[in-house]
Amino acid sequence: MSRLTQFGNDLYTGARSFDFIGRRRLWYAIGAAFIIVAVSLTALRGGFVFGIEFRGGSEFRVQGTTAVEEGTAAATARAIDAVDSVVAASSPRVSIVGGDSVRVQTEQLTTAQTNDVRNALAEEYSVEASEVSTSFIGATWGEDITRQAIIALVVFLLLASLVMALYFRTWKMAAAAIVALFHDLIITAGLYGVLGLEITPAAVIGFLTILGYSLYDTVVVFDKVRENTLEDGAESRRTFAQSVNLAVNQTLVRSINTSIVAVLPTASILFIGSLILGAGTLRDIALALFIGTIVGTYSSIFLAAPLYVHLRENEPEVKKQGRRARAARSESGAVR
Amino acid sequence: MARTTTERKAIRSLVWLLVIIVALIGANGASVLFNDGQWTPKLALDLEGGTQITLSPQLATGEEVTQEQLDQAVSIIRQRVNAGGVSEAEINTQGGQNIVVSIPGDPDQETLERIQSSAKLEFRPVLTADAASNSVITPEGTDVSGDTPAGEGDVAATPDPAAPAAPAPSARPTNASDLAWITPELQEQFASFDCASLDAVGANVAPIDEALVTCEQDSSVKYILGPVEVAGERITDARSGLIGSQTGVTTNEWGVFIEFDSVGSQEFRTVTERLVTLLDVQNQFAIVLDGRVISAPRTNVAITDGRPQISGNFTEESAKALSDQLKFGALPIGFEVQSSENISATLGVSQLQSGIIAGIIGLMLVGAYAFLQYRALGGVVVVSLSVAAVMTYLIITYLSNQQGFRLSLAGVAGLVIAIGVVADSFIVYFERIRDELRDGRNVDGAIEAGWKRAFRTILISDVINLIAAVVLFVLAVGNVRGFAFTLGIVTIVDLIVVALFTHPLMQLLGRTQFFGGGHRFSGLDPKALGAVYRGRAQFRAPSGVGAIKVASSTREAQRRQTIAERKAADISGERKVER
Repeated sequence: MSRLTQFGNDLYTGARSFDFIGRRRLWYAIGAAFIIVAVSLTALRGGFVFGIEFRGGSEFRVQGTTAVEEGTAAATARAIDAVDSVVAASSPRVSIVGGDSVRVQTEQLTTAQTNDVRNALAEEYSVEASEVSTSFIGATWGEDITRQAIIALVVFLLLASLVMALYFRTWKMAAAAIVALFHDLIITAGLYGVLGLEITPAAVIGFLTILGYSLYDTVVVFDKVRENTLEDGAESRRTFAQSVNLAVNQTLVRSINTSIVAVLPTASILFIGSLILGAGTLRDIALALFIGTIVGTYSSIFLAAPLYVHLRENEPEVKKQGRRARAARSESGAVR
Repeated sequence: MARTTTERKAIRSLVWLLVIIVALIGANGASVLFNDGQWTPKLALDLEGGTQITLSPQLATGEEVTQEQLDQAVSIIRQRVNAGGVSEAEINTQGGQNIVVSIPGDPDQETLERIQSSAKLEFRPVLTADAASNSVITPEGTDVSGDTPAGEGDVAATPDPAAPAAPAPSARPTNASDLAWITPELQEQFASFDCASLDAVGANVAPIDEALVTCEQDSSVKYILGPVEVAGERITDARSGLIGSQTGVTTNEWGVFIEFDSVGSQEFRTVTERLVTLLDVQNQFAIVLDGRVISAPRTNVAITDGRPQISGNFTEESAKALSDQLKFGALPIGFEVQSSENISATLGVSQLQSGIIAGIIGLMLVGAYAFLQYRALGGVVVVSLSVAAVMTYLIITYLSNQQGFRLSLAGVAGLVIAIGVVADSFIVYFERIRDELRDGRNVDGAIEAGWKRAFRTILISDVINLIAAVVLFVLAVGNVRGFAFTLGIVTIVDLIVVALFTHPLMQLLGRTQFFGGGHRFSGLDPKALGAVYRGRAQFRAPSGVGAIKVASSTREAQRRQTIAERKAADISGERKVER
């Protein structure tokens, strides 16, 4: 059996235990620090860099050209020449994507100009005009996507909170899970801001998918937490916090395994997307998800579970359980 | 016997799954046979290559576009696209706001312009008219107006004597009705004009200050029209109704009532005052929508109040249709192109290939990790994933045939990412079984107890995922929908597969010597899992570390033991630890 299984056994029996709950102030501090860094660095960089879908403009993509082999500078110069021949001093953004394509972004062009630029690019890179993909995006398109995405976010949060509150029979688990979810969203978006990565609609899809993922992880942990705390009950020798901590430890291997399995396909999209296609839908979705999944796993363990204990520990019933546990412990002298 | 009932239940579940899969194959086969379906899902434009245009209404703040308006816009745009000879174009509304036009391949410039130009309504004076020499008379199109050049339509309003303004033919036209607009080239174009080619090459597109050669909507008459006299934007309202006679008695004749704004009224007055003095076809005033004459009524009197009524061979429906068209064309909020995307076919293919390669690599990585972590159970993961893949493929193909769903790149990404979601359920299940084994249950019992608990977790997780997918699908626009759709389908498939395939498979495998006996490579080896304490109520002093050491040192010897022997060994092992 693999080492992780051994590790899992130790965690399950309690032979080895990480104090996730006890050091919660540390985890809160780390989470808060990350959020502050993400927000402030993004602000310092001057906010997010938005993709062409949000700025509005025209985009051309030359497919299957050998000119890329000449080197980035030469290929870029060709694109600028081609665009300048139609629209003077338009200073297009040129990037080489994948092995054999060039992406050119310009300001918004008219239909005629678009056609001319397309032909000029085709000639410059000696490809058929049909190999040049064009797109034009009005500036309101991105606003539309953003507005709808925000509506979707709010509706989802309400529905998911309701379902979780009903399933776990306490709103406190739902609240803890949602706080962890916000932590994940802010950090993932923050990474885009800090690194200056373009936010495209595909990246927004990625952000929205984190919603489901982050909660998935948290739900798996909370399910075990609920089971343990219910089983232990008021007669238990463990305090409420200890029950939760044992549950988190017991699901640790599960959390690691599910996250790795979730990250593997995402990583494969990220790799293929960046390598073959360059910037584009695949890479943008996968990057957001890749970061989000990892952060989501972290937050379910280090934030959601401690937050839940925090919310519950002042309840009279839970406090009672703590007292009995302490009393029982002092009598028996057991380590657990 | 518990054993046989479990087995029977397991087999029953597997049969149900088989029934579902066979039903899906049958449904697909039926749509292939009877509905022109395919065995592969249809691809969206970013994978197939083509052009996608998103149009959104230009709304003033606080204004809302109604579904009726959108549907009307869709049908007008559909007419335009189809008229351009493009088949298989898809026109949909999206998010109750936008209109998305998807055209396969690389459509010509004229088609694009036709779609992108708003429903343009113009009033032009008729210069000359002729019975159409078109080869094909298309029966479609509402027969809105008169069927002869003279037309039976009348423009009637309060009588007002008009000032005569007969133009003297000269090289430079003096007004819109001046026959000097008809140049020799135009005359030639008119002579050879074929109404069937009306939409083929943008023939009916002319600047507003030039003459236009075009045809009646039903291709019965062709015209040379003067420059635009009144633009459609000047219409403030149009409605249909029964025309009242001069004495105020309602007749049985249907007509369309137009209302202009003050500028339009003035313009209309000037024009009709001129036209009423002219003879023959020059007396007619053409109402041109998107370059086609929808009606060319005669001008009986000059219209001064900006409220002309159009009479003709209207039925209730055709009058309503025209008034709708007029109203729609005159909407102050046109549609603007929000995004337009042209994907070359090669880019599409390479995107699809990348998606598939990413999926295969992802599947292999997940499989490899599962084997590493769960030994032979990794095989269960791979087989279950394959079953899920087959079901997902069949469902997507079926929906593609039946609902017109198209798989986009974002959708493919959703499918690849879903591999992780599905595999996660298996991990939750396996880890639960292992927990039960650690609690000292035998493999059979652990599978049953583990399943009960794991299924709840899987169910609530999938419900959360499904909520995310449905909310995104309903509320979001663009690419997000395709992604959400595939993610939602896979979430449902995940539930079906884990309940009807993975669990029954585990039940059956639990009966085998290899798995049930907890073989070292089965992934269910109780020794390796450190099954040290039994009974959930019993807690004792820390013993895990010692037990595992004992377990691993004696594992080799115990591997060949029967369950009973192993249990006996377990107890003695624990005693050693407790000492």
